[in-house]
Amino acid sequence: MAATRRITININGVSTSHEVEPRLLLVHYIRDMVELTGTHVGCETSVCGACTVMLNGAAIKSCTVLAVQADGEEVLTIEGLAQGEQLHPLQEAFWECHGLQCGYCTPGMILSAYQLLLRLPRPTEEEIRHGIEGNLCRCTGYQHIVDAVQQAAGQMRARR
Amino acid sequence: MIPASFDYLTPTTLGEAVEALVSHGENARVIAGGHSLLPMMKLRLARPGVLVDLSKIPDLSGIQQENGQITIGALTTHYEIESSDLLKDKCPLLPQTARVIGDAQVRNRGTIGGSLAHADPAADIPASILALGGELRVRGPDSDRWIQAEDFFLGLMTTALKPDEILTKIRIPVLSDRVGTSYQKVAQKASGFAIVGVAVHLGMDGGLCAEIGVGVTGLGSKPYRARGVEEGLRNRRLEPSVIEAASSQVAQDVDPLEDIHASAEFRAHLARLYTARAIVEAAKMAER
Ligand SMILES: Cc1cc2nc3c(=O)[nH]c(=O)nc-3n(C[C@H](O)[C@H](O)[C@H](O)COP(=O)(O)OP(=O)(O)OC[C@H]3O[C@@H](n4cnc5c(N)ncnc54)[C@H](O)[C@@H]3O)c2cc1C
Ligand code: FES
Ligand code: FES
Repeated sequence: MAATRRITININGVSTSHEVEPRLLLVHYIRDMVELTGTHVGCETSVCGACTVMLNGAAIKSCTVLAVQADGEEVLTIEGLAQGEQLHPLQEAFWECHGLQCGYCTPGMILSAYQLLLRLPRPTEEEIRHGIEGNLCRCTGYQHIVDAVQQAAGQMRARR
Repeated sequence: MIPASFDYLTPTTLGEAVEALVSHGENARVIAGGHSLLPMMKLRLARPGVLVDLSKIPDLSGIQQENGQITIGALTTHYEIESSDLLKDKCPLLPQTARVIGDAQVRNRGTIGGSLAHADPAADIPASILALGGELRVRGPDSDRWIQAEDFFLGLMTTALKPDEILTKIRIPVLSDRVGTSYQKVAQKASGFAIVGVAVHLGMDGGLCAEIGVGVTGLGSKPYRARGVEEGLRNRRLEPSVIEAASSQVAQDVDPLEDIHASAEFRAHLARLYTARAIVEAAKMAER
């Protein structure tokens, strides 16, 4: 076994630190060591987007990043999006617009949408579809997800 | 899916990184965005014993304009290229190309240097760097040299980089104002990789095509500059018959790849079609 490393990653504002093998994937660090299981594992091959989290403000697929690559950095997972009991506008909009059915893709889908709205506060339908291209949903047919993102965009602009 | 064990190094200077490559030889691999290397390691298609992470080395990313040239650090991500105002203004072909790579998450991690060094025959960036006549800066234990993009790609996932060399930056001439560019690709649905991708930059002068670069990816085992197409357009008026005749030259001297996504014949057909489209789009932009 290769030498382990002690790494420190700030997740949702909380500093976490563990001794890890370099080959440990960030998604497994988040789920198995820090025990935040909202981030899902779908394909493990960089395709489905279920494992999407924010790393230093950019949406990434955490099955394709090593935990050691995130040493010293900041991660935001789905658990960090709500403010206490107050859901994030994206979470509310997914609920209201039926943007989810089984919910497996939802944490990753919401973080991709979050990234999109940070970069484009007023996205067109085409821009939303382009923005969530890296996230697969087997249930909804995407239309309700697009509606949810559009609704959340309005909410987020109103709050600013 | 978890990679085999490896040691992980985080050098903070280019010199240290090169030294690590020299001392570990073929057992070591550089990691940039990791979006080609990690998938290969999970599948055990690559099994390096040592990973040398470039991300802690300062000055390897960023986009600058210096004396008529644009310089792009090897660690610059696809997203940084896609969203760069300097590039949109001075070299729109690169943002046009970066925008259609994979998906948003892939573009946040993947780097221009990784894409060039990996030399996947279906990668997008190489086509545009070829069309633009770019140059690649390579640093090794006893070298620090520029390589012309055309001399860089040698074959299927093979480049002029030696195992102990690191690609540090890419340099592109700033284009004149009357230039139009376009990147057109047929994407493989699941991954977004190019079944065929064609990058065109052209400049018009007095109604004639004065400047032309055409780069092609996906068709053969390596990306290439389509000189035959360029010759068919140079100093001509870009009428439909001229574009069609020039585009028909795109697969000249190329042995097209064949896989479950497209037969060789279909790929060559797509290449001709998308070459013509890219020329038409670039010409429209140049005339604006
Ligand atoms: C789901 C998915 C979809 C994708 N879709 C597309 C697509 O549509 N089009 C496309 O073009 N690409 C696509 N890619 C590939 C993506 O663009 C990669 O990021 C890119 O090809 C490699 O860049 P990287 O920084 O991730 O390199 P890495 O994976 O870190 O490295 C790749 C190889 O290059 C070497 N290397 C990296 N940087 C350097 C350097 N500076 N000097 C020397 N050697 C170096 C490494 O040792 C390794 O062998 C996709 C990837 C994924 C996971
Ligand atoms: S689990 Fe990471 S992309 Fe599917
Ligand atoms: S809600 Fe079931 S996969 Fe998207």
